Amino acid sequence: MNKPEAQTHANGGVNLSRRGFLKGSGAAAGAFVFGFSVPFSQSALAQSDSPEVNAWVVVQPDETVLIRIARQEMGQGSLTGLAQLVAEELECDWENVDFDLVKPGQNRERDNVWGSQFTAGSTAIRGSHEYLRQGGAAARMMLTEAAARQWQVPAGECNVSEGVITHEPSGRTTTYGAVVGAASDIEPPKTESITLKDPKDWRIAGKDKARLDTLDKLDGSLVYGADYSMPGMLVAVPKACPVHGGKLKSFDAKAVKDMPGVKQVLRVDDETVAVVADTFWRAQKALKALPIEWDEGENAKVSSDSIAEKLREGLTADTSFVGNQAGDAKDALAKAERVIEADYSYPYQNHAQMETLAATVRWRKNGCEMWGPTQVPGAALAALAEAAELPQEVCEIHTMRIGGSFGRRAATDYIRQATLIARQIPDTPIKLMWTREEDMRQGRFHPVTQCRLRAAMDDEGHVQALHMRLSGQSIMAYAMPQAMGDNGDPVAYQGLEPEGDMALGYSVPNLLVDHAMHNPHIRPGFWRGVNLNQNTLYLESFIDELAHAAGQDPLAFRRKLMAKHPKHLAVLEAAAEGIGWDSKPPEGIYRGIAQVKGFGSYVAAAAEVSVTDGKVKMHRIVAATDPGHVINPQQVEAQVAGSFVYGLSPMLYSEATVKDGRIEQENFNTYKVMTLKDMPKVEVITMPSGGFWGGVGEPTIAVAAPAVLNAIFAATGKRIRNIPLKNTDLTVS
Amino acid sequence: MKLTINGQVTEVDVEDDTPLLWVLREQLGLTGTKYGCGIALCGACTVHIDGVAQRSCVLPINAVNESQKITTIEGLGVQQFHPVQEAWAEIDVAQCGFCQPGMIMAVSSLLAENPDPTDEEIQSEITNICRCGTYPRVLEGVKLAAQRMASNEKAGGSNEQA
Repeated sequence: MNKPEAQTHANGGVNLSRRGFLKGSGAAAGAFVFGFSVPFSQSALAQSDSPEVNAWVVVQPDETVLIRIARQEMGQGSLTGLAQLVAEELECDWENVDFDLVKPGQNRERDNVWGSQFTAGSTAIRGSHEYLRQGGAAARMMLTEAAARQWQVPAGECNVSEGVITHEPSGRTTTYGAVVGAASDIEPPKTESITLKDPKDWRIAGKDKARLDTLDKLDGSLVYGADYSMPGMLVAVPKACPVHGGKLKSFDAKAVKDMPGVKQVLRVDDETVAVVADTFWRAQKALKALPIEWDEGENAKVSSDSIAEKLREGLTADTSFVGNQAGDAKDALAKAERVIEADYSYPYQNHAQMETLAATVRWRKNGCEMWGPTQVPGAALAALAEAAELPQEVCEIHTMRIGGSFGRRAATDYIRQATLIARQIPDTPIKLMWTREEDMRQGRFHPVTQCRLRAAMDDEGHVQALHMRLSGQSIMAYAMPQAMGDNGDPVAYQGLEPEGDMALGYSVPNLLVDHAMHNPHIRPGFWRGVNLNQNTLYLESFIDELAHAAGQDPLAFRRKLMAKHPKHLAVLEAAAEGIGWDSKPPEGIYRGIAQVKGFGSYVAAAAEVSVTDGKVKMHRIVAATDPGHVINPQQVEAQVAGSFVYGLSPMLYSEATVKDGRIEQENFNTYKVMTLKDMPKVEVITMPSGGFWGGVGEPTIAVAAPAVLNAIFAATGKRIRNIPLKNTDLTVS
Repeated sequence: MKLTINGQVTEVDVEDDTPLLWVLREQLGLTGTKYGCGIALCGACTVHIDGVAQRSCVLPINAVNESQKITTIEGLGVQQFHPVQEAWAEIDVAQCGFCQPGMIMAVSSLLAENPDPTDEEIQSEITNICRCGTYPRVLEGVKLAAQRMASNEKAGGSNEQA
């Protein structure tokens, strides 16, 4: 566990001073929140009076250092990590650091000076660490140069520590806040002239720091997209055809137009109707009462059973989509004396982020603005402009911190809807807000897949051949068809790839990983962990099956396959050691393990469970992660431990099923997710080995379910190949 | 109708069946109380009524009267953070934070009734949904807050304004 000693100290410093401010401002903001009355941060860049040193750094006269954050914060904590990277090279006083969110229109206007704002695929830190550190270093060099010029000394004679610049020979000192005006006029250093610190010398990065974005989450003062309000604003609640791809035939606006607060009932697009009212409560009430006729189309005949049937056909169908290949697996399997075979499946999942989709859009004929969250500001701005039928130059998105997202807001459907409504009611701010039911029906679902695994093993338990046939839905075919390639969906093989960020950790002489694609009408999306989740469940469960078939210890069995994959093996060994794999477990306790490489990081989990009278209890989990570098250990710990909620909810309870073409689950009563009582103890081992940068938000999700399922097998001899557990004769205690 | 919210009597004019949640959010601008499910399952809408945690999304406003003291997250620790908020800040419980006002209201109510809950009691009482996965730190935060409240109790005083 990386539970920090230092954290208390850090909070004591930063939070106490901020708290006074927070409480003071909070009282004033108590009644009506119009616009951004957020007590700190989120001030628009344009409103900052202090000059910027460069795109990343603004220093205020009171020495507050505003670090610009271009990636999106949805709970994963990368906002703080990104600031740590800048601050590390800037050599400022961390206690003085605050943040400022960059808007995509500003980024566009300045030729993408802030780089990509895209925040998915565990990329925030690993995709921007270098230019952020360079930005911090450049700002430090400019501030130092400014002081040196004032003193008329060579900058090389000056040192910086915690925002204080010292001229060594004379002992003179000044501060960043005092020279910032002059610094902004200094020519920025060339990137080639910047030398970044060796990570072993880091003082701010790599250390436990309290999050910069915590306090306003604790007293209700943080304004999320769903909380946003403007004078004259109306609220729109949409309903799209519950059968994806179906059409809106008609609706009877007259039936609800006299209900309290209702302003308009309108067609949003060819599949969506919305009620616009003065409040959400009134709008959703009228929407419920609104008679609507749908043209559901052919898809209304589709069910989970019919999808499963198609996917079963895919298990043996011909396909040319190959993700990984070595030797001749089909031939080796045909000739093998002993073939072990198993079929697995993984159901649809809804993101079920706590904040339902919401965005406020004001359309005017000369410009369109949105206030709300997105994971993809660049694409969101493009979607906004397109729906507004205005050029991007006159559009802007005021990005906001997000109430959970997990990939859902990588799609821009809600932004399009809000804009199409706002365009019909010019000059009036329209807050689009989805009900939980709409959020459940109109998700962008974790794709549905099945998998047939076949392996040839010799008498000594050596795996001679492995064929892993994935069958099912492609996210990219729907979400990014332009990215489809010769291997079909390029992200279908996550965790099973020959090399790179998603590389398979086993060596098998004859290997075939291929994909038979079938794309049901249910719209898929990127769901935290994406395809790594089911691929890892399939393979890590099956490897466990092979170990048991060979009569070998699952760890020892894996070791033989992992000789050429030392980093994969290192995290597995660490998790196994942490759980006490080599010692006898307590009476009634059984263990399971799993490992994978995903999103650039090596991760593993070891689980201890008991099963009593069919009731499964998860007692303890040890998770090991090697992400190369760690920027904020206590937040890596939070991400890794938290991953077990997203990873184990589908294993225990969650599935989205299809009946009459529509998703059956409409709320948390039927789409059940884990709560505190289900949460096992998680011990996190963070073991950065350096030399590469991996992501942290997602990979561990993938090992959660297989580690526990393997432990359940150890306890019961039952191999669960179709989750969730609630559909089996096992229950959860 | 009149309501007593965070120590102040407030008059609102809405349909009788409007849930307290939407009165708070849309009539009074108290948006710290969140909408998560609308069927009293997720707990994001938790407030205190006479000090006891209640889910406000299914509580019609005509079932609440002026004599009942309603406390929202905005009224929990006004001069100073409530010990639960303090604990939450100290160990960085929140991730996205959206469920945390409800979580904090549920926990502060639990601790008012049961100042020293066992792990099992915390697990059975705190049923709020968090999707980021803050549960381990929630558990730790409840225990830290319980310790703080026990030592505050010795010193005397309470944070809640109701």
